[in-house]
Amino acid sequence: MLDRTQRFRRAGATAAIAIAVATLASCGDSTGPKNKQNALRPAGKYSRQILHLTEPFFWIAVLVGLGVIGGTFFVALRFREKPGEERAVKQVHGNTILEISWTIIPALILLVMAVPTIATIFSLAKKPTGPNVVHVTVTARQWWWQFHYDDPGNGVETANELHIPVGAPVSLTLQGPPACSPAPCYTNGVLHSFWVPELNGKKDVVPGRKQFLKLEADRPGTYLGQCAEYCGLSHADMRLRVIVQTPADYEAWVKSQLATKTSEAALQTGVNNATYQCASCHSFKSGTAGAAAPNLAHLADRMAFAGDKYLLNYDNLWHWVYDAPGRKPMGKLVQHMPAFSQAGMSQAEAQKIACFLLTNTATNPNPPSECAGK
Amino acid sequence: MAQAVVTAGSSELAPDGHADHSHDTNTGVSNPKLAIWLFLSSEALFFGAFISTYFLYRGRDAQFLKGPTPDKLLNIPFTSVTSFVLLMSSLTMVLALAAIQRGDHRRLRIWLLATALFGATFIGGQLYEFTEFYRQGLHLGTNMFGTTFFVLTGLHGAHVTVGIVWLLLVWSRSMQGRLPSEKSEAVEIAGLYWHFVDIVWIFIFTAIYLIPTH
Amino acid sequence: MTTVEDPPAVVQAERRIRILERPKATTGKFSWVTTVDHKKIAIMYATLALGFFVVGGIEALFIRLQLAQPDGTILSAARYNEFFTMHGTTMVFLLGMPIAAAFGNFLVPLMIGARDVAFPRLNMLGFWVFALGGVFLYSSFALGGAPDGGWFGYAPLTSTPLAAGYLPGRGTDFWTVGIIMLGIGSVATAVNFLVTILNMRAPGMTMMRMPVFVWMMLVVAFLTLFAMPPVTAALIMVFMDRNFHTNFFNAAAGGDPLMYQNLFWIFGHPEVYILILPGMGIVSEILPVFSRKPLFGYSIVVFSGIAIGFLGWGVWAHHMFTSGLGPVAVSAFGLSTMLIAVPTGVKIFNWLATVWGGAVRLRTPMLFALGFIAQFTVGGLSGVMHSIVPSDTQQTDTYFVVAHFHYVLFGGLVFAVFGGFYYWWPKVFGTMLNERMGKLNFWLMVIGFNLTFFPMHFLGFEGQPRRTYTYPSGMGWDTMNLLATIGAFIIATSVAVFIVNVIFTARRGERVSHDPWDGRTLEWSIPSPPPEYNFAVVPIVTGIDDYWHRKYTEDDEGRLVKLPAGGAVDEAEHEPAGFDPHSIHMPSPSYWPLIFAIALPVMGYGFVFKNWFLLAAGVVVAFFGLNGWAIEPSAEPEPSGTEAH
Repeated sequence: MLDRTQRFRRAGATAAIAIAVATLASCGDSTGPKNKQNALRPAGKYSRQILHLTEPFFWIAVLVGLGVIGGTFFVALRFREKPGEERAVKQVHGNTILEISWTIIPALILLVMAVPTIATIFSLAKKPTGPNVVHVTVTARQWWWQFHYDDPGNGVETANELHIPVGAPVSLTLQGPPACSPAPCYTNGVLHSFWVPELNGKKDVVPGRKQFLKLEADRPGTYLGQCAEYCGLSHADMRLRVIVQTPADYEAWVKSQLATKTSEAALQTGVNNATYQCASCHSFKSGTAGAAAPNLAHLADRMAFAGDKYLLNYDNLWHWVYDAPGRKPMGKLVQHMPAFSQAGMSQAEAQKIACFLLTNTATNPNPPSECAGK
Repeated sequence: MAQAVVTAGSSELAPDGHADHSHDTNTGVSNPKLAIWLFLSSEALFFGAFISTYFLYRGRDAQFLKGPTPDKLLNIPFTSVTSFVLLMSSLTMVLALAAIQRGDHRRLRIWLLATALFGATFIGGQLYEFTEFYRQGLHLGTNMFGTTFFVLTGLHGAHVTVGIVWLLLVWSRSMQGRLPSEKSEAVEIAGLYWHFVDIVWIFIFTAIYLIPTH
Repeated sequence: MTTVEDPPAVVQAERRIRILERPKATTGKFSWVTTVDHKKIAIMYATLALGFFVVGGIEALFIRLQLAQPDGTILSAARYNEFFTMHGTTMVFLLGMPIAAAFGNFLVPLMIGARDVAFPRLNMLGFWVFALGGVFLYSSFALGGAPDGGWFGYAPLTSTPLAAGYLPGRGTDFWTVGIIMLGIGSVATAVNFLVTILNMRAPGMTMMRMPVFVWMMLVVAFLTLFAMPPVTAALIMVFMDRNFHTNFFNAAAGGDPLMYQNLFWIFGHPEVYILILPGMGIVSEILPVFSRKPLFGYSIVVFSGIAIGFLGWGVWAHHMFTSGLGPVAVSAFGLSTMLIAVPTGVKIFNWLATVWGGAVRLRTPMLFALGFIAQFTVGGLSGVMHSIVPSDTQQTDTYFVVAHFHYVLFGGLVFAVFGGFYYWWPKVFGTMLNERMGKLNFWLMVIGFNLTFFPMHFLGFEGQPRRTYTYPSGMGWDTMNLLATIGAFIIATSVAVFIVNVIFTARRGERVSHDPWDGRTLEWSIPSPPPEYNFAVVPIVTGIDDYWHRKYTEDDEGRLVKLPAGGAVDEAEHEPAGFDPHSIHMPSPSYWPLIFAIALPVMGYGFVFKNWFLLAAGVVVAFFGLNGWAIEPSAEPEPSGTEAH
């Protein structure tokens, strides 16, 4: 009897240590300093609300889980039959009191869980009001995000990068691309899901519907997000970032985005629109949406491009202009950034266009050395 | 699939390993009959899904794609007549079963043919209706009504067609003398399917033709 | 008028010229093609399902290789999307459902004391539809692109016509047609199980005396029967939208993509229980045998299984918590999801109580069953976390969900399946799988499985979405992804050990008696492998675990007492005096179900390639098959013609 108890203790301790190590290893590794896409590190009140709701239930789950796993080890080892032993086992067929209690107790725990859950559901569904609410329409495209600011005096149009002021609630309207035409036609985009874990949970973008999601950040910084509903070939490359700024910085940014740095005509000339028809998809005018692609009037003010896949720098940009499908899978999508390399564009021309954009679409241009003389 | 199950079914296994007699089963219902009931319950959900879809998409064409709408297209008197013919076929089906159960094989064949003929009349009406709608500009992709109407009624029509083929098979078995009175269950099972298809039509007819869109 | 036409004798009609002479052989290689024996069909189901398990597993290994490091380049985005779609589709439709059909086919008739299933040829059809449907799905790799829309194929990504290029290839057409085809087979099998269980129990085998596994198969069959139609409807709509200009999910025409999600998950959630309940049944059979105690709270375990089956219909929208249903609907589905945790928990507690106080033999089947309990619990608990709707908005579509359902379906179902293999192997083949390799198999699988999937909980919390072919470095995901990849290869090693064990056992496995585990249920009362007719004499059942009570009784304090040997126990070895196996009239083999099954992929290719000739040919073949089937009797009359009826 004694040795069996000991054996159990040893096994139990080993199991406990193993689980603890595994858990700690997983947690410890996790939050590298660069990760800005972590639901466990909320940076705003909605995501914090969610985490606070999750935490107690997470630990209850861990407790129950460890209880059952421990119980499994216990019954297996404690009642193990030694070789050659023939135990006259007591035949127990059931126990009503036990059955009732392990039905009722979990039900009660769940009932307790339900109350804050439902309260939080309704709280998160409530649209923010007040003078400082920022309204943005988010259009999910294959495979990038289009943002249009809807408040009076703020008609900023941008892509993949959402600037918001710290401490202000942001009300997002999520939608698919405009309905195709002429009818009958069937290309209205696909499902996507807008997700910036450190600011809130996710919400799907459904063609034909307008969905609501709110964000609020309580400290400045950059928070990463990503499309979370499978949307085809480049689903993994449909990323975004939210840049949270102090109100003053935010105001300055809005002003810079509304200003016309370089005229639409000059921009179109600079990118050789006559040959490459860039303006048939892109827009070069502040505050207006392109037909199928991001507004480029302030491109160089952004940190990244191509669905936040590439940091915005000279090398990435000219390669993109030269051969976009080689840099991000486009498959057989009918409308996408073409491979201009196959339309007669030389590398030198791509580099020239990249330099032109870096110089002329930045509020404070700082063209790289490669661009000197281009 | 169900067809083969049931027409072949009357000699399937019972627990004792011998050919089936209904009193040998635990439920008292013979295996093939239980199987067809279960299969039809599955089918009911299949049509349920399409009928629900029809209801949920009803009346959306005003906002979206225009094109012919039900109030312009539906010829209710005409379809009422073909629906009545289909319902009458359930009656002849009952008569067919009654005939074989009392050993009247000549009547069985007559009523089977009558049932199939009524079904074919209904299908003929449906084909006429489809072509008429098509002529008036309603295609599968014209609007939500075109989409839901053609697919729902088309699938029902396909079921009726299967039923007609099934009845004709039963009829030909009887003609070959392979359908003695002891095997009347083969007729009963074909009948259950047939009644089911009729009942589904009552729901579809009500949904599409009788409940006004506005 | 009472004219009575006597039909000509049936026998006469049978003599007409046949295009296909009925197959007669019940032994030899070719007999497997035409067999209607539920045990042979079960073996074919299991073999093929395991084959698909390996194929789906290889796809998983490629997925893990691609994700082992950031910016992986082993697979292209297109190939990756095909692989994760086919991995999911394979594991659900070509492993999960057929492996349940394998166990159900072998065991249900044996456990209820029947000589075969109710419709042997329908059973055969179910298998061949599965086999050919699987081949049809996989042929897409060679014929214009494999499915790449995810295993739940959300519209409008899948429903938008090919010309838009949302998905590069024909894959979705193969996928919709293939799943509809497999659904036909599943419904046929479900009807068969239902009729068998409801109608063909041995005398005295009342519903509340049936083994829990049989109960779970009954619930599964009902779920399959009612879950397949909505998804069939949804898939027809997708196919019509893609190919015939309908607008079911076209937002520009007033169609609603959420309609697809509703229809799919009305199938999809019951489907989860279709997959897991057979596993629960297997575990409920293994635990009592290796604890030498009856199942604790038999009726409660049965009723909680039924409750799960019912509640499973009311939780589908918990897959759609982020799709904008509104707070009221979301709250309601959150509550129903919490509710379904209760019967699930009850089962787990009853299993533990079964082992409690028993004489526990930690043989390989028992290890897998215990592994099931522990790991399924983890999956269940992460499932409850999804019912906390706001938490779910962070977890859904991330690796947390991937971890969750793999704990349920791999840690749960696959472990139960392997436990079932080790447990029933001696019954199926009369040989015992090697115990040492079995334990190695188990422990490698435990380590590999947990190493692969446990870190994924945290990957999900830390923001890694599922279904992404790549991820950038610097997200803090690198280590855990590498661990997961290592774990995946340990799982593969574990499966390889099992295959080696099977080969080893086939070559020189230890032959064992008909009842090597000291079993409780009727299948252990007959020889191993069982004869074609299963029971020489149909048993008369007097209680739960009838066979056990022929061997043991309880003393006044409820302790186990062995009955003296002899009597009923030995009936397996000694068939009753004067017993002639030929006196049992078993159903004859047939070609027709196979012909009908072949017609389905022919029609399928017709639909996919819009080749109306092929479609018409398929219809003709199907009609030919059905007609032959309808005319052919289930069992050929005895040559001597001695049948009384």
